[in-house]
Amino acid sequence: MEHYTMNLTLKVWKQKNANERGRFETYQVKNVSSEMSFLEMFDVLNEQLIAEGKEPIAFDHDCREGICGMCSMYINGRAHGPWHHTTTCQLHMREYKDGDTIVVEPWRANAFPVIKDLVVDRQSFDRIIQAGGYVSVNTGNAVDANAIPIEKHMADEAFASAACIGCGACVAACPNASAMLFVSAKVSHLSMLPQGSPERKERVMNMVNQMDKEGFGNCTNIGACEAECPKGISLENIARLNREYLGAMFDGGSQNAK
Amino acid sequence: MALNSKIPAGLLEEKWEKYKSTCKLVNPANKRQLEVIVIGTGLAGASAAAALGELGYKVKTFCFQDSPRRAHSIAAQGGINAAKNYQNDGDSTYRLFYDTVKGGDYRAREANVYRLASVSANIIDQCVAQGVPFAREYGGLLSNRSFGGTQVQRTFYAAGQTGQQLLIGAYQALERQVALGNVTQYSRHEMLDVVMIDGKARGVIVRNLVTGELERHFGHAVLLCSGGYGNVFYLSTNAMGSNVTAAWKAHKKGAFFGNPCYTQIHPTCIPVSGDHQSKLTLMSESLRNDGRIWVPKAKGDNRKPNDIPEEERDYYLERRYPAFGNLVPRDVASRAAKERCDAGYGVGASKQAVYLDYAAAVQRYGKIEVSKQGIANADAATITKLGKEVVKEKYGNLFEMYEKITGENPYEVPMRIYPAVHYTMGGLWVDYELQTTIPGLYALGEANFSDHGANRLGASALMQGLADGYFVIPYTMGNYLADDIRTKSIPTDHPAFVEAENAVRDRINQLMNIKGTESVESFHKRLGKIMWDKCGMARNEKGLKEAIAEIQALRKEFWSNVRIPGEVNEYNPELDKANRVADFIELGELMCIDALNRNESCGGHFREEYQTEDGEALRQDDQYMYVAAWEYKGESNFELHKEDLNYEVVHPSARSYK
Ligand SMILES: Cc1cc2nc3c(=O)[nH]c(=O)nc-3n(C[C@H](O)[C@H](O)[C@H](O)COP(=O)(O)OP(=O)(O)OC[C@H]3O[C@@H](n4cnc5c(N)ncnc54)[C@H](O)[C@@H]3O)c2cc1C
Ligand code: SF4
Ligand code: FES
Repeated sequence: MEHYTMNLTLKVWKQKNANERGRFETYQVKNVSSEMSFLEMFDVLNEQLIAEGKEPIAFDHDCREGICGMCSMYINGRAHGPWHHTTTCQLHMREYKDGDTIVVEPWRANAFPVIKDLVVDRQSFDRIIQAGGYVSVNTGNAVDANAIPIEKHMADEAFASAACIGCGACVAACPNASAMLFVSAKVSHLSMLPQGSPERKERVMNMVNQMDKEGFGNCTNIGACEAECPKGISLENIARLNREYLGAMFDGGSQNAK
Repeated sequence: MALNSKIPAGLLEEKWEKYKSTCKLVNPANKRQLEVIVIGTGLAGASAAAALGELGYKVKTFCFQDSPRRAHSIAAQGGINAAKNYQNDGDSTYRLFYDTVKGGDYRAREANVYRLASVSANIIDQCVAQGVPFAREYGGLLSNRSFGGTQVQRTFYAAGQTGQQLLIGAYQALERQVALGNVTQYSRHEMLDVVMIDGKARGVIVRNLVTGELERHFGHAVLLCSGGYGNVFYLSTNAMGSNVTAAWKAHKKGAFFGNPCYTQIHPTCIPVSGDHQSKLTLMSESLRNDGRIWVPKAKGDNRKPNDIPEEERDYYLERRYPAFGNLVPRDVASRAAKERCDAGYGVGASKQAVYLDYAAAVQRYGKIEVSKQGIANADAATITKLGKEVVKEKYGNLFEMYEKITGENPYEVPMRIYPAVHYTMGGLWVDYELQTTIPGLYALGEANFSDHGANRLGASALMQGLADGYFVIPYTMGNYLADDIRTKSIPTDHPAFVEAENAVRDRINQLMNIKGTESVESFHKRLGKIMWDKCGMARNEKGLKEAIAEIQALRKEFWSNVRIPGEVNEYNPELDKANRVADFIELGELMCIDALNRNESCGGHFREEYQTEDGEALRQDDQYMYVAAWEYKGESNFELHKEDLNYEVVHPSARSYK
């Protein structure tokens, strides 16, 4: 790979806290290497701001490997930026050229209030999992792991759904701020496995109820979520959730639903 | 103070069973009155909190990320070991125990390791029951792969995302307990001190990272599951937020720190690309299953890798270690890579890299596929295509990650890799019950020093974290709390809480008031450089002495010249980082002191003065067959306590993988 450096203009959302109004602030960043990751470019900018006695930009990140789901930037109108199947932390600067302007915003959704600048509160996702995103098995009473064979393709599909990193890009990308892709990935992961089957009906009812309570929007099959999901969670999951939900409704299997 | 490891008497194989059948229990009604604080929600913390919640304890969990699911465990790639012997290839509890003790270069406690090996099978059962989608074979049963330092296939995995799947399993079990009201979870909260009352750990001071407020929380017991401290080197494969603060605060309150110098440098990471580098990315050890490591036979060979003919390549691991080849343990593989690069055979722009090559694996798998699919007279292109598909299924996400970072396609060109700091075997000293030297304070997972000796085998950290949380602590903590059932919850206006909170507040104000000129990041980088150069892959007396002096000077500078922007009472990541870096600096000094004290080479600790003629580590069993447990005595002042290691079953010998 040929490496190069560039100068960029950044327009970044600054917001002191949840209660104050935010605005865009413009920054010039110089000598950015094409080998940097997008977040390393932010590190350089923040170091520059600190040196100038200004306040750095707050953003969420931790693993910087595309797996923890913490990073969350809305870059030039796209959740996690332009690369397919890529989180913000894995986007690299070779995507950009000298003189480019990049606009960076936080995830925007009522259920994800801004904490500061580009940092939002995603605890609503935890509460959706609390509503039923698990198998009710206590520690110590499991049977041998090979007691129940699982067809390879089912196991692989369950894994593909379980690959969701809970980042919330699907919500940020959706004009309705719906969380259907996230919820359906968990419902699918567990309902496709024999271990998750016994609770499948109340699980889907309770998780969908909680999602509505949190103030996420409705799913109108736009598909922006799938397009922006860094982990390739497919719309198939939403179709499966809908089937599971209808099944649960008609089956009266929702007795345990809260 | 004499260290008591509380290893139960009796035969090795019977110790844990006997302990479990005779330890004290807490009845269900009393459990509901007992409060437990769990710091950290990685594999160790989430599994402990879930298991204790299930038992009926009142649990509070804390993590600094925005959700428990984001703990650093999520990033573990390659797999988790368990002695299931599903492959019928000669595995057993004993063999896993033996491999771990040997892999750790005979610096681990036999009884702990045996317990770990014996609960390993239960972990896999538990995870499958939770819905963890491990890789499976066509027959529907679980699949295994091999990892370094072993000759059996005992590693369970979920593509290159094993940690993610295990942590999600534990996280879901935890969220279920939250829903049931047994656990209260606090995200974006950082623990900044342990509160001691009458010589026991009775709570913590935490900072709400969103508002900056300090909070007091009481617990009958406190569990530290706060992970490892590899970030003391600045660059490591750890997540950006991983830190030593929780463990270090406990250390300063009286918990001994065990073997701080034992650091694992992982052989296969993406090399540093420039000064902007913020972290290093691991390429899972599982890649050494199929990948071959080599450098050119000629010094300074600048040809493209694919232009270098087979006979001009040096597959140096296969050459030096024919029995284990590319699957030697990590410490051995890392040093071998450093040796080649130092000798001038390194590749890439920086010359600080070696090749990890998949061409042979593609061909091998391609041929197998061709015969599986019954394709007669397959041409080379078909074989290559099918081979790449198999490699993609096994390692696809790792290859993708490599390409995103480097812009090079590893299916076509060999990957460039170099060793990087990855894991810390050292940690808070704990006894057999995982209790630190402070009564009521426990350490689990990477935060403790316990099971890996001087070098951890791949896929054993996930196993240890979950063993500690799901299967050990529910018994051992009960044994302690059984005597505590009459202790009522202590109100947090108790003077000990007030005093601890004030101390934390004073320190934060002190940091904020320095108003110097140099950023926290810059100090962290400088510390990292000292540590990597002088307490990294190779250490010597002179370098370590210099490092100690340099770190002391750096600490003074930090406390007089660090610049932290923003306010105390708001979301302020720079302040969070400053708190952590201040602790890293103090820890760095102790690591060098420990490395200087240990006049031998063992596992990840390589002292240049102690090596064989062909560059292998040379242990000094007669003098250093002990755990170094350091007691904090004040600034730059640590007292050494020794826990002698007695090998009753395994006979320590020179570790050979040849
Ligand atoms: C890239 C990578 C790949 C790996 N792959 C493997 C593998 O394939 N197999 C294997 O066995 N091991 C692997 N390891 C090692 C393994 O992942 C870790 O050792 C293990 O996950 C540590 O788990 P833990 O629960 O002890 O800590 P962590 O998962 O690090 O969790 C620490 C927790 O503590 C919290 N915390 C820390 N400090 C504080 C504080 N002061 N206040 C409040 N909360 C705090 C954090 O928020 C977090 O929740 C890998 C490691 C890395 C870096
Ligand atoms: S479905 Fe995709 S976009 Fe949505 S939270 Fe999961 S990983 Fe993120
Ligand atoms: S920082 Fe972890 S996914 Fe981006």
